[in-house]
Parts: sequence; structure tokens; C-alpha cells
Amino acid sequence: MPVNPAIEGRAYPPTAPYLVGREKVREFARAVFATHATHFDPEAARAAGYADVVAPATFPIVVTAATLEQLLTDEEAGVDFARVVHGDQRFSYSRPIVAGDELVATMTITSVKSIGGHSMVTSESALTDSAGAHVVTATSTLVVRGDE
Amino acid sequence: MSALEVGAVVAEGSFPLTRDSLVRYAGASGDFNPIHYRDDVAATVGLPGVLAHGMLTMGLAVQPVVDWLGDPGRIVDYQVKFTRPVVVDAETGAVVSVVAKVGAIEGELVRLDLTVTFGEQTVLGKAQLRVVPPAG
Repeated sequence: MPVNPAIEGRAYPPTAPYLVGREKVREFARAVFATHATHFDPEAARAAGYADVVAPATFPIVVTAATLEQLLTDEEAGVDFARVVHGDQRFSYSRPIVAGDELVATMTITSVKSIGGHSMVTSESALTDSAGAHVVTATSTLVVRGDE
Repeated sequence: MSALEVGAVVAEGSFPLTRDSLVRYAGASGDFNPIHYRDDVAATVGLPGVLAHGMLTMGLAVQPVVDWLGDPGRIVDYQVKFTRPVVVDAETGAVVSVVAKVGAIEGELVRLDLTVTFGEQTVLGKAQLRVVPPAG
């Protein structure tokens, strides 16, 4: 079943706040083979001008798990997760995420295309901090494979 | 800044992945899709083997650049396309190699183009960063 093209333009409600923990940042940093001290050592991070350890560049994907869940549970969208392949991913930063940030993600479906029996769903999730300021926008395209 | 020329290699690295790496990334990221740790499930859905998470490849590919920049906050934009899977053998693992070159000078920013390979093949397409280059 193809993805419902009518969800193009759909905006989902903001997610529950995600509190970025220092140990979570360290855990994620180890998992992506990060070595820079600002990801692990609060003193090094402060020396570089940050309030606490800095999350690796791809950490926003952890926060956008909640928006992916919104898409997958939207019955009108018709996205079958078993058929989903990650097509592309982009992060556009206003500033890096640091431990202590409380982030809310707001997703909009920017495009739904059908190509050769597959559907391509592009979404933008804007992450804002507790002051409402933009931190990073995560743009992702999911390819939903059609029936073989 | 004046030292940066289009085509210059600014950073490179090599990352040996094992199944342990995939399990660690699954836990850290919350992506527990079993195609990243179960051979039987990978085979059932027609994959050539257990695959590394695309987001793990994207996540590690930027690390040599972070070390070169000296500050992860200098990254303004990072994008990739996932073009080929990284198959991680249970016994021998997989090695992912990264080379970061200057792609263009864009005013205050530098575009870096990443070449990310597994075996002889690239696994990411249009892997680009826009960064504020380190001083000096």
C-alpha cells in the first residue's frame, strides 16, 4: 500500500520535552566513535564555551524518535515500518545540543512522492529549546518499498 | 583559512565495526531494528547479512572532521544519502573508511565532502558538511 499523499503538508503536534542527559551524551558519543573531549568532559566543554558536554552531530536522531513514532502511528499515513528504508538525512544547526537542553520536536511532512512503486516521505523536524529558540532541524527521507 | 584549498584532505579515519558496535549503537540510539543484530531476521527480509545502522555510519563518518575542527559547534549543516549497506560479518566485522576533502569555500563557511567507503565501494552519497573552519 502506498503512503497516503494527502499527508503532504501535515504538521504534527510538538513532542513531549526531551531532557538531554550528560551520561546519554557520553553513551551516544562512544557509540559513534567520537573522541573529542567536549563530548565527554564537562570542563573541556566549558572551556570551549558550552554549559555542559556537547552532543555529537547526529544526536538529534535520538530526539526525533518521537516524531518518527507519530508518523508510524498515524493510521491515515499508512507507513508500514517493515518496508521502510532510510533514504537520506540532514541536520541544519543553529547551535549544538548540550547536556541540560530540554528539546521539543515539531514535525511537518514536506513531501510525499511515488516513484516506481515505492513511496518517498520527507519530513522536517524542528527542535527548539525551553526558551523556544531553534536548535537544529532534522530532515529525513524514508523510502517505503512497494509490493514486490 | 588561507591554507584551505579545494580538494585538500583535511581529515581521515578508519573505523573497525563489529557486531558489538552495532549492539552498542542500538542501545545508545534506541534503534532496535533486529536487522542490525540478527542474522535470521536479516536473511528473512532478503538482506545479504546483518547491516550497520545507516545512522551509525553517518555518526562515525563525521568524527575525523570534529577532531580537525576542534569544536563540534563549528558544524552548521551535515547531510548524507544512504546508498549502500555496510554488511558486518559476525566474525570478521567490517571496516568503514572516511576521507574529508574541501569541496568549496562558501564565504565564511567551508563545504567538506566526505568519501565513506566499505570494501571498494562508497556507502554514503552526497555526504557533505558545512562548517566554520578552525582559526589559522
